Amino acid sequence: MALDLNALGNHVAQAIPGAVLEQKYDRGELTLTIAGERLTETIEFLRDDIECEFRVLLDICGVDWPKRAKRFDVIYHLLSLTKNRRIRVKVQTDEKTPLPSIVSLHASANWFERETFDMYGVVFSDHPDLRRILTDYGFDGYPLRKDFPLTGFVELRYDDELKRVMYQPVQLVQEFREFDFASPWEGLRGAAIGDEKATKA
Amino acid sequence: MSDAPGGGAVTDNTITLNFGPQHPAAHGVLRMVLEMDGELITRVDPHIGLLHRGTEKLIEYKTYMQALPYFDRLDYVCPMNQEHAFSLAAEKLLGLEVPKRGQYIRVLFCEIGRILNHLLQVTTQALDVGALTPPLWGFEEREKLMIFYERASGARLHANYFRTGGVHQDCPPALLEDIYVWSGGFPQVLDDLETLLTENRIFKQRNVDIGKIDRADAEAWAMSGPMLRSTGVAWDLRRAQPYECYSDFEFQIPVGKNGDNYDRYLIRIEEMRQATNIMRQCIERMPDGPVMTEDNKIAPPKRGEMKRSMEAMIHQFKLFTEGYRVPEGEVYAAVEAPKGEFGVYLVSEGENKPYRCKIRAPSFAHLQAMDYMCKGYMLADVPSVLGSIDVVFGEIDR
Repeated sequence: MALDLNALGNHVAQAIPGAVLEQKYDRGELTLTIAGERLTETIEFLRDDIECEFRVLLDICGVDWPKRAKRFDVIYHLLSLTKNRRIRVKVQTDEKTPLPSIVSLHASANWFERETFDMYGVVFSDHPDLRRILTDYGFDGYPLRKDFPLTGFVELRYDDELKRVMYQPVQLVQEFREFDFASPWEGLRGAAIGDEKATKA
Repeated sequence: MSDAPGGGAVTDNTITLNFGPQHPAAHGVLRMVLEMDGELITRVDPHIGLLHRGTEKLIEYKTYMQALPYFDRLDYVCPMNQEHAFSLAAEKLLGLEVPKRGQYIRVLFCEIGRILNHLLQVTTQALDVGALTPPLWGFEEREKLMIFYERASGARLHANYFRTGGVHQDCPPALLEDIYVWSGGFPQVLDDLETLLTENRIFKQRNVDIGKIDRADAEAWAMSGPMLRSTGVAWDLRRAQPYECYSDFEFQIPVGKNGDNYDRYLIRIEEMRQATNIMRQCIERMPDGPVMTEDNKIAPPKRGEMKRSMEAMIHQFKLFTEGYRVPEGEVYAAVEAPKGEFGVYLVSEGENKPYRCKIRAPSFAHLQAMDYMCKGYMLADVPSVLGSIDVVFGEIDR
């Protein structure tokens, strides 16, 4: 009998003590937050344990939270074909701290880690081939970070005199417009006297 | 001398060949650096990203409704299957139920998408190995299917038809009838196509025992869809983790035995037959009712209503300027796209825009296995393997 997802989380937490920092069950999905230095061990356990058998690493991606000290979440989506279950493993890191690469455990991690490096600048130690993957040769910066502007810094054009394609700083005819949709009324809730009547009604 | 990292031993016989990015067999903009010992492949290094448009970044700046059209432009061979994944993710966050008729229409068009994709894949793979007629026959059918897309959504390709909560417009009854008639004749077309390919000597020589994979490696390389099924794993998300109303339908999941190109070809042909079956069941059992949730905080009100009701007017205005807010949380929703598992990982901060939208594209995972799949084969097998793993650069480069 397969364990349900919550029990599975407990099972993992017990088997590798101290690695699971947080265990969240939300909307039918289990998320385990793992300490960065315990990552390899956890992924290996999840792959090989008889209750887990998460042998398919579907995806690795980053999420940027610039306000946090450890600003990046790196998220691993795992799938077990035999148990028909999914799990999400999350680790936190910053620009400088490298995460252990798991290419030796899951071959598919190779490009996924390269993509995370390319987009966020998260470094993976012991990766066999940590090059940029999606951006142009010689690209500078990490485009999916929240402090990277949507329009980028450079644009490409064909120079008729030089007879080649060249980069130049972005020139916008119109300033990029971002609208703030926060309603002024929502921010005031509870602040003004008499508001409690409105929520009661 | 190759100075690329991770390269194998470089001997006197080593030839480095640049394949693409402008090559008809590259199925788009793929550049591959091939290292060969004579004509034997020793290493494949695909360079991707030539079609990178920053879709994930753009989506972070768009409301959920504005983000959807980007999904048409990922795998442009079967646009609606991608829209489906995003809609499912947003609905999961919102906790929204789609009306039955909406679900059936979605399934109907997803299966059309599957046929669109497989028709293109099967016939262009035949083209890669030297057959010219299959694409001509296949594209005729694709054209008919695209006209169905157009009659439902107004666009042949970039449909923007699925919305959070359902589909944009109801299908006219005449359209459903026409699809039904088409699905009656399509198996005959498949039979004709098979007479060209299935027992064709050249086609078999180029595909049987080429690009072989086994189950353990398919799992390690995160393969899904026909790639995984060709190794004998009966894994299909429509059956294993049924989403939408796929549990209402009867269909078979073809699996392969040898894990080679030819098995994948056979699987795709059979999947088209099964998809036709699902479409017929869909139309036969099509329920009545709304096609979109009636919650006007998510779905725009009816045009006529808008002209009369002030509230509807406000809803319309708010929806098309601000959009709807999606509760905080993170979800992963996956669909069985024709190429494999297409997933969307959405992180919401409770705003009207996604905080992060990661697109998990099946071709991305499949293409990185090129090195593993081509090693030891001949140069002429590379286009054949590439055709068989079914890549579309819209979704790889994003």
